[in-house]
Amino acid sequence: MSVLFCVVVGVVYAAAFSLLLQRDLLRVLLGVALLGHGANLVVFAAAGVGHGPAPLVAAGALAPPAGAVDPLPQALVLTAIVIGFGVLGFALALAWRVRGALGTDDLDALQATCRDAAGEGT
Amino acid sequence: MNDAVVWPVVLPFAFAVASLSAWRRPGLRALWAAAGHLAHLLASIGLLTAVLAEGVQVLRVGGWPSPYAISLVADPVAALLTLLAALVGAACVADVLLQPRERAPHPAFHALMLMLLGGVSGAFLTGDLFNLFVWFEVLLMASFVLLALEGRPPQLEGAVKYVVLNLMSSAFFLTALGVLYGKFGTLDLAHLATVVEGGNDRAVALASALFLVAFGVKAGLFPLFFWLPAAYHTPTPTVSALFAGLLTKVGVYALLRVFTLVFPPGTGFAHALLLGLGTVTMVVGVLGAASSTSLRRVLSFHVISQIGYMVLAVALQTPLALAAAIFYLLHHILVKTNLFLVGGLIAEASGGERLSGLGGLLQRWPLLALVFAVPALSLAGLPPLSGFFAKLAVLRAAFDASAWVPAAMVLLVGLFTLYSMVKLWQAAFWQPAPPSAPTPARPAGRRLLPAVGLASLTVAVGVGAGPLFEVCLAAGADLMARTPYLEAVLGVVP
Repeated sequence: MSVLFCVVVGVVYAAAFSLLLQRDLLRVLLGVALLGHGANLVVFAAAGVGHGPAPLVAAGALAPPAGAVDPLPQALVLTAIVIGFGVLGFALALAWRVRGALGTDDLDALQATCRDAAGEGT
Repeated sequence: MNDAVVWPVVLPFAFAVASLSAWRRPGLRALWAAAGHLAHLLASIGLLTAVLAEGVQVLRVGGWPSPYAISLVADPVAALLTLLAALVGAACVADVLLQPRERAPHPAFHALMLMLLGGVSGAFLTGDLFNLFVWFEVLLMASFVLLALEGRPPQLEGAVKYVVLNLMSSAFFLTALGVLYGKFGTLDLAHLATVVEGGNDRAVALASALFLVAFGVKAGLFPLFFWLPAAYHTPTPTVSALFAGLLTKVGVYALLRVFTLVFPPGTGFAHALLLGLGTVTMVVGVLGAASSTSLRRVLSFHVISQIGYMVLAVALQTPLALAAAIFYLLHHILVKTNLFLVGGLIAEASGGERLSGLGGLLQRWPLLALVFAVPALSLAGLPPLSGFFAKLAVLRAAFDASAWVPAAMVLLVGLFTLYSMVKLWQAAFWQPAPPSAPTPARPAGRRLLPAVGLASLTVAVGVGAGPLFEVCLAAGADLMARTPYLEAVLGVVP
C-alpha cells in the first residue's frame, strides 16, 4: 500500500510540475492545485498507510486500542484541503478577472500587455 | 499559562469582523480600523513587556499539556516582531485614513489589513509548524485580495505571479510537514527540537531543504524572488508599504526560527546553502535596484537585497549573528515601510513613478526630502541611523566567523545601496522638474505624519541602539542555546 502511495505521489508531482511549466494560466493553476493534492497525499502517507482499529477510546478504557491508526494526519490533511479549496477558488476568480481585463490567459502575452500598461502609468 | 500571547492574534480578527459589519458606513469602518490597530499595538506592547519581565510566555490552547496542545509561544524575538508589525500596520492605516475623502479605500480594505496583521502576528507567535502553515495561508489570502483589490491590469499581472509562486511554496511547506511528521510523529516546534538528531539523516536533510525552498520563496531569497519585483510595485502605495515591510520578513522569521530551533547547525546541509544564497541575494538584489528606473521597483529590489543580509546573519549561527539578524529585521521593517510610504507621496506629488519624470520636489516640499533622507540613509547604513548598527553587527559576525567573501559583499552592497538611494534622491528632489509634465497639487502636509512617525522611530532605534542591541544579544543567545524556549514550552528539558 505504501509503495502504491509513493508511486501515486510521484506521478501527481510530475504532472503538477509539467502543468506549472505551461504558458496557459488555467493549466498553471491546475498544476498548483495538483501540487497541493500531492502534498496532501504525502502527509497522509507519511504516518503510514495500513489497517488498524479506529482510534476511539472504548467506554471505561483510558487509551485507544493498541495499534490504532493515527488520526492526526487526516486532521492535518482535512485542514489543508479546506485551505487549498479556498485558495484555488480565489486563484480561479483571479484568472477570470485577468481574462476579462486583458483578453488573454497566455502568460507571455499577459506580461507584454502589462509591461505596456506599466510603462504608461508608472 | 498566560493570556498576553493570545491578544495580538485575536484582536485584529475581532476588529476586522467589526469593520466588515460597517460595510456601508465608511466613517464607522475607519473608526473600527483605527481602534483595531490601536488595540493590536497595545496588546503587542503588553506582550513584549510581559516577555521582557517574566521570560518566554506560553499559551497551550485547550489546556492540554505540551506537546499535545497547539501552543502560542512568545519569546523576545517573536514579541519584538509582533510589536513592529503592529507599529507599521498602524502607520499604514494612518496613511490611508489621512488620505482625502474622495480616495476612500474599498469597503473590505480595512478588514483585510487587520486580517493580514492578525495572520502575521499568528505566524510570529505560533509554536507549532502546522499552525505556522495555517497562519501563512491566512496572511497570504489577505495579501492576495489586497494586491488584486483595485483590479487594474498591472495589479492583476502582479497578483497572478504572486499567487502562483506563493501557492507553490505552500505546497513545498506542506510536503516538508508530511516528511517531518512521518519521521518524528510531531509538529510541535519545541518537541521537534528535542527529537531531531544531527548526522546524515535523510528525512531531516530532505525536510530542511524543503523548508528552505518554502520559506525562501516567502522571504524572497535568490533564486526564488522573482514574484517580488513583479508584484510589489503594483498595488496602492500603502499596501505595497505594508507588504514590503512585513511579508518577506515573516519568511525570514520562519527561516530564523526553524533553522535555529528545529534544525540547528549540524542537521542537514541547509546552513551552508543559506550562507551562499544570502550572499548572492544581497548582490543580485542591489544590482537589480541599480538597473531599475521606476521608484517602487528600485525599492522592491532593495527589499531583496536586504533580505540577503538577514539570511546571511541567520546562516552564520553565532549568538552575535542571530542578534544581528533580529536587529536587522526590526530596523528593516521600519525603514522599508517608511520608504514605500514616502515613495507613494513622491509619486503622488509628481504624478508618476518613472525616475526620469520626477524632480523639483526639494523646492516644493522640503520636509518630504528630509523625511525621505532618514530611512534612505538608514537603509544605506550611514551612522548614526539604525541601518548602520544593523550592518555593522552583520559585518562583525561575518568577520568573527571568518566568512570573508560574505563580509566583503556586505561592504560592497552597502556602497551600491548608498548609490541607489542617492540616485532616488537626485531624481526626486535634486533634478529640476521635467518641463512638459503637468504638476499635480501637493498632497496635504498632514499626509506626512505616518512617515514622520516611522522616521522618528528609525532615529530612536539608531540613538538607542545600545540598549536595544543588548535585548537582541540576549535574544540571540537564547535562540542559540534553545533551552529557554524549550523549558518554557515543555517544562523540563531532557
